[in-house]
Parts: sequence; structure tokens; C-alpha cells
Amino acid sequence: MQAPTTTFPQRVAVAILDKRLQAALDHASGGFVKKRAALVAAQPEFEALRERARCVKDHVLANLDGYLERYEEQVVRQGGQVHWASTAEEAREIILAICRDAKAKTITKGKSMVSEEIGINAALEAAGYEVIETDLGEYIIQLAKEPPSHIIVPAVHKTREQVGDLFDEHHRPLGYTRHLTEVSEMVNEARQVLRGHYFRADVGITGGNFLIAETGSSLIVTNEGNGDLTQTLARVHIVTSGIERVVPTLDDAVTFLRLLARSATGQETETYTTVSTGPRRADDLDGPQEYHVVLVDNGRSRMLGGPFREMLRCIRCGACLNHCPVYTSIGGHAYGWVYPGPMGSVLTPLINGIDKAYDLPNACTLNGRCQSVCPVKIPLPGLLRELRRQQFESGLTPLPIRWALRAWAALAQRAGLYHLAMRIGIPLLSRLGRRRGGLSWLPLATGWTDTRDLPAPQGQTFQQAWSARKGARP
Amino acid sequence: MRVGLFVTCLADLMRPSVAFAAVKLLEDAGCTVEVPAGQTCCGQPALNSGDSVDAREIAKKVIAAFEGFDAVVGPSGSCMGTLRQDYPAMFADDPAWRARAEDLSRRSHELLSFLVDVLKIDHVDAHYDGKVTYHDSCAGLREMGVRGQPRKLLASVKGLALIEMDGTEACCGFGGTFCVKYPEISTKMVDDKIAHIEASGAGTVAGGDLGCLLNIAGRIKRRGLSVRVIHTAELLAGMGAEPSIGEVGKA
Amino acid sequence: MRGGRERVLADIRQSLDRIGPSHEAIVPLPGAGPRPAFDGDVVERFVAKMLEKSATLVRIASFADVAAEVARFVASVNASQRLCVSRALAAIDWPVGFAVEYRAARRDDETSVTPCFAAVAESGGIVTLSGPATPSTLNFVPDNHIVVVQAAQVVRHFEDVWTQWRVSGRPMPRTVNIISGPSRTADIEMTIQLGAHGPRRLHILLVTP
Repeated sequence: MQAPTTTFPQRVAVAILDKRLQAALDHASGGFVKKRAALVAAQPEFEALRERARCVKDHVLANLDGYLERYEEQVVRQGGQVHWASTAEEAREIILAICRDAKAKTITKGKSMVSEEIGINAALEAAGYEVIETDLGEYIIQLAKEPPSHIIVPAVHKTREQVGDLFDEHHRPLGYTRHLTEVSEMVNEARQVLRGHYFRADVGITGGNFLIAETGSSLIVTNEGNGDLTQTLARVHIVTSGIERVVPTLDDAVTFLRLLARSATGQETETYTTVSTGPRRADDLDGPQEYHVVLVDNGRSRMLGGPFREMLRCIRCGACLNHCPVYTSIGGHAYGWVYPGPMGSVLTPLINGIDKAYDLPNACTLNGRCQSVCPVKIPLPGLLRELRRQQFESGLTPLPIRWALRAWAALAQRAGLYHLAMRIGIPLLSRLGRRRGGLSWLPLATGWTDTRDLPAPQGQTFQQAWSARKGARP
Repeated sequence: MRVGLFVTCLADLMRPSVAFAAVKLLEDAGCTVEVPAGQTCCGQPALNSGDSVDAREIAKKVIAAFEGFDAVVGPSGSCMGTLRQDYPAMFADDPAWRARAEDLSRRSHELLSFLVDVLKIDHVDAHYDGKVTYHDSCAGLREMGVRGQPRKLLASVKGLALIEMDGTEACCGFGGTFCVKYPEISTKMVDDKIAHIEASGAGTVAGGDLGCLLNIAGRIKRRGLSVRVIHTAELLAGMGAEPSIGEVGKA
Repeated sequence: MRGGRERVLADIRQSLDRIGPSHEAIVPLPGAGPRPAFDGDVVERFVAKMLEKSATLVRIASFADVAAEVARFVASVNASQRLCVSRALAAIDWPVGFAVEYRAARRDDETSVTPCFAAVAESGGIVTLSGPATPSTLNFVPDNHIVVVQAAQVVRHFEDVWTQWRVSGRPMPRTVNIISGPSRTADIEMTIQLGAHGPRRLHILLVTP
């Protein structure tokens, strides 16, 4: 995905006024939140599962090189190929080379966030390939040329009328001439259109929710079955996956599966869980001829060595954004890149640079709900605060804020001066606001007073009143 | 028990009655309460803005000011959360200060959880006529485990009907400097909170953190609504009839 | 790409404060993940879960009843009398008048019939292993997927499937599918719709002698 040309405040301003977007987000995220809560309440083992998942992830990260080598060995044993990409650019080159060697024309894609991270669609299209997203939501936003507004339901911001119009425009040339108004008809038409693409595709690219070292397998989950049609019908199957997705065994994968769908959509499991290992066997009747895994680093090995290692536990379930009041107010577009919500506010600055994404770690109240629902217990608020610390140390914090903080801190360290200043200033402020009970305008704090009154201080400071009382006591 | 009161800068400057309420509740429960004059702020604005150097210096002042008390108690989950959860990590590379910070951390408590969990208070002698709903401040809830304790004490207030609203756990949009840096998002969040308050049918909303309450009251006032906003400690200390936050009248 | 591999591994090792590979084999994490506890008969739980997830299910007394039930189902959904079937089910006497082919699925196939390797009670789900007698396209391409499950194949937890696989001595197949219902999507206005890309219907024949 390209970096946005707008700023975060600009995108927020648009999103906040978009009542339909907010209604859609409330419906989607709100629904996922309720369903998740019900399933968590019904599963006494949930906390133990979270703790086990956290332990497995930490164990893998502490042995990441060994597990990746073990995984690679198994993939190769089963007839697959493993490619290692240090950067996004290398990953794109690897995939382009595979497609070139396969003499491909048409490429289908299952959902893969890391494939968006490396910007593969634009690169493939620039090289002349036809690229088709098969997840229905991704397909819709591909037609609309828009970024996703939610990681699980990327087109949630679109009405059925808008989808109907998109299908008119793009399906007409394929021979579908009826204008559709019902969701069931649209899903049906998309099914027919995409079947055409699945059966024509030369290369199918999927993500990997988990890579299993024990057997050299990649695991994906979908509700639609698009990932399976993508990987099984094409000649070449490419798995794109971050290096941190490896887990030791099939049994370990089950622990994560017990958490993933519950955390993401409030389902017990997604409809299809598929464990793929290598290309078709000599006596198989179907399946791809080639199986490639592209392991993407793109900053992950750097995260491993510093204060952000815990972020690598992430299984991209989306629970954090569903529960985030900032995300549900502004939606995915406002985050400006592939990953929205709390996880995006940590990942985007880490991958793209803390100077390129100043606002994301700051547009957060540190309320902690994300951490409380994260299935692998990532301390998201702590990581966001650490990003703020790095921004401050790098001089990225805007000067007025630095000055205000320094002034407050200087006062706060000098109790005598502080109390003297407040003894004078507070009663003044109180008098200003006495008549209406609050101040409707305060210079330097128009962010507050534009939409809120500032309740007037009661009069004296507490310290003032307390010393007076102590003086008055016998 | 000898308690050092952590006033909090918001109570000190904006609403001393919250701190007086805290003193009353603690003294009624049998504590002797002192207020170290050397305290100003817990340092959270600096900490949360990435100014860890200043945060450390402020923390040292707080640690020094509160040494020697059996317990350090404050009417804020957010400030006391900083003392308990964040101070020790600030001194990871300084064993001497770290030990002092850990000692303070062990002795630091949010007011209502201190009353119920430590002092085993299960009721108060107060009166308040009306339906009250309760807002769970995020830091209190998630950092300090404050949830059942305020509700338990509010339930003992004569005449008070406690009604739960939807989304008690939803953030009100204060978030320290967040509310002035990202005002549109903050305003939307507080409007969502107010919608829940109104839907509950309560005429009063209580909470344990002045930051949240100033934010909610400020927006209620600007919108001309009539819900009363008050700190839980004030209700429990029998100050419910005094002007609530943003209400006109002498303190 | 050799260069990329060495670079990535070197970067990982640098972050883990290791110069070269760890010479000790990785010490595996002790213990195992918690398994959800539940009472009751595993077969009944499997049935309940599959129905909850919009599969349809019919109990039959033996393999001899498969043909009749397939015929009834096909008629009930107005599908044609053509079946693509896993060779593993070649012993079944298919209904008269049905055209049956043992092969991978084709684009115009309407109905497939497959066996399964196991079925899971925990959250529902039938498990298939791909192979020459069980091509996996039969699970995804046709509109209707009929699965023959024997009651004795129902296991309690997902891990039990892996245990069974290890005990069987079979090599890892190209694909293991765990399927818990028909294909679905909620991508348009959060309206749940069955039959997105995979089968519209998942019909289970549970052989309970």
C-alpha cells in the first residue's frame, strides 16, 4: 500500500463527520465485541488459553532462528520452496520472479495482510499481471480502489447500493447485465464471477495465519473458502507470511485456533481451517504443482531485539480494534496504512518510521481495553507509550507541547513555587468562571473549550484550604 | 493507620472538596491523615507524552514526600495507577531508587478500593436522593482493580438508587492530553458516554477520577443538559447536596 | 535466494544476542495447551455443533443407506443427478439413474460426496485429508458437499485428530481441511449469506449403527 497523501487530522476530520461509517463500525465491531464476550463467558479455559498462547509465542520468538530453520527443512522435504525476504522490496522481487518463471497471466489472492504490507498488488499490476482479490470484502474494495476500513470486513463502509453499482460497472463487460439490489444476489454474482477467475488463475497467493515447524505446513482460516479455491486450483501456490508466524507443532496451532475466531468475530471457529503442506503429490488428482513460501522480515527481526518484541506475538485477530473507542470512531482509512487500530498504531511507526506516523501512537487515551482483550496479552498501551518516548527523544514532539510539558514539569518539581503560583492563579480562574459555573473559552486550550466548558475551580486550592484548616485547629 | 493523602493535582486545583471527602472517609474509618506539602503532581502528563526524564524527576519528589506512611491513598485510579504500576519501571537502571519506588508502589492505593479491600469498610453513613449511574474510569478499572468497591459503598447510601448504564467500561475520551490534541475524537467519545448516561435514566453520574468527570461535566454543560456530575468520594462523604461539577454556586 | 536467508537469520540472531546458530537443540516448551472440558456424548455434541453452524445432518443406520439419502437430498435441493465422488467411497451402490464419477471436481459440478478422516465434537467440524482417493476440490467447488461420517470417527478435541494422524503413520497430506459448515460471508452490510465461494450446503450423513 502506498503512503497516504493526506494527514491523520485531515482523515479524522472526514471520518468523524461520516455518520454512516460510524454506524457501520458500531454494527460490525459492536457485534464482534458482544459475540466475543458471550463466548469468553462460556469458556472457563479462556484465560488459561491466553496465557499458554503468550508462552508459546514468547518461546518461539526466543528461538525464532531455530524454528524457522526447522520449518524450512520440513517444507523442502515435502517438495516446497522457501524464500527469505529481508525487505518489502526483496519480497516483491521474489514473487515477481516466481510469477515470471511460471509464465503467469492471472493471479488470485486470498486475504493476506503482509501481502498488502509489501505492496505486492501494485507491483504485480505494474508488471502486467491481472490480480484479483477473492475475499469478497477485499474484492469489493479492489473494485472501488479504496483501502480497507476494517481488517475482517474491509468493505463494511460500503452500502449495498454502492456494491450494486460497482458490480454493474465491473461485471457488465463479463456478461452480467442485471442491476442487483439484494445482498444474496450480489454474493451469488460474485461467486460466479470469481469462479471464473479461480479456474483461470496461474498463481494463487494466500497468507499464513500460522506456519507449523513440525510439518512444514501453512495454516489459513476463512469463512468463505476463497483461500482454498485460490491455492488449490492455481498451478502455483505462494504463501506470504511474516517471519513471526511460525509455531512449533500442530497441537500448538490448536491453542491459537481456540483463541483466533473467538477474538476476531465471536465465532467458535471459522468455517474453513486449512493446513497445507507442499505441492500436489505424485498421485494427487488436484492441487498446485508448485508451493512457495515467502518469509517476510521487513523490520520484524529489528523489533525482536528491542522493547517492541511483544508486538511480534500478534495473530492479527482484530480484537484490539474492535474494542478501541478511537478506531470505532474513525475507521480503518484514517490510520493511513495496512494495519488499523491499536496494532496499527504500533506497527505502522515501527515498520515505516516513527517520524512518518507521528499521530498514531498519540491518538490514544491509553485506556487499556485493547490489552485486556488481546489473546496473546500484548501490552499495547505500554508499547504506544514507548513509541511516544522515542518520538520525544527524537525531537518529534511539536514545540508548544514540549514547552508546556517542560513548564509543568519544572513547576511540579518545585513544590513551593508550584503552590504559590496556584494560590494566585486558581482563585482568579475561579472568579472568571463563577457566574456560569465554567469557562467557555481558554487560550491555549481551545481543543477543550471548542466543544466543552471547563468547570470552574472551586476557589482556593486544596493545599491552601488545608493549611488554613490546620492553622485553625487547636 | 497513618495515611499520606495523595491529593492529585486536579483535586488540589479544581475541586478540593474531593480531597476533603477523601480525608473524611479515611478519618471516619479510623485513619490519621496527613497531607505532605511537598506533593504537586504524579508526573503522568510527562510520562504519557514521552518525557520520561521529567517524569522520573517528578517521581523522585513524590517518592521522597511519601516515605514513612503506612499507606498512600488518593481519590484517583489514574494517579495512583501511575504510582503503583509505572514508578518502579522508571528506575530500572537505578537499584536504590527502584527499591524506594517499589516500596511506594506497595503502599499506594486508590481511595475506594483502599476503604473496602484494606480497611474492610462495607457501608457509609450518607444520604442522597436520586438515581445514580457509575462510570468506570479506565485506569482505575484496568490498572487498580476498582470495580465492585465503589458500587458496594454507593449501594449503602440511603435514598440512592444505583443504575448500571451500558458501556460503563467505555473510555470517556479524556485520556490526559488526548482530549486537547484530538478534540474531535474526544468529543465523539464523551458524547457516546453521555448518551449512555442519559439512556440509563439516572440524574447523576459518579466516578472515581476527576479527569473523566471534568470532561463529562464540561460537555454536559456546553450541551445544556442537566445531569449532575460528582466524584464518588463526595457522594459517600455526604457532600452530595453541594454544587456538583460545573454547577453554579459557592463551593 | 541465499543472500536474503543469511541476512534474515543474521538479523534475527543479532537481535537475540547470538553470534551463530544455537548449538543446543531448542528445548521445547513443557506442558500442553488447555483443552476445553465438556460433558455429554461426543456424537451428540458433534451433531449439535454442526446444526448450529448451518450444516444439515441426517442419521442413517449403515452404509447401505447412503445412496437413498443422497438421492433424497439431491431431489430436495433440485440438483441434477450427477455426482463427483471420492474414490474412497467407490464401494457404495449409488442410486439408479445417477451419473457418478470418481475424480477431482470440475467447475460445473453441483454435488460431491466424500468421506472424512475424523469429526470433532469440541466445536464441530469434519476433517478430511487429501489424497488420490480423496481429492480436496470435492470439498470446495460444488454447490453441495455431502460428507459420510461414521459415529466412531467422532473425537473429542482437535488435538485428537493430530494424534490419530500420527498413529496412522500416513505422511502429511497436501492439505488437511477442517470444515464446520457451508461457506459464508458477512462482507456486504454485515448481512450473513451462505454460499460465498465454497459450497452453499454442507450435508452430513452420520452413520450410527
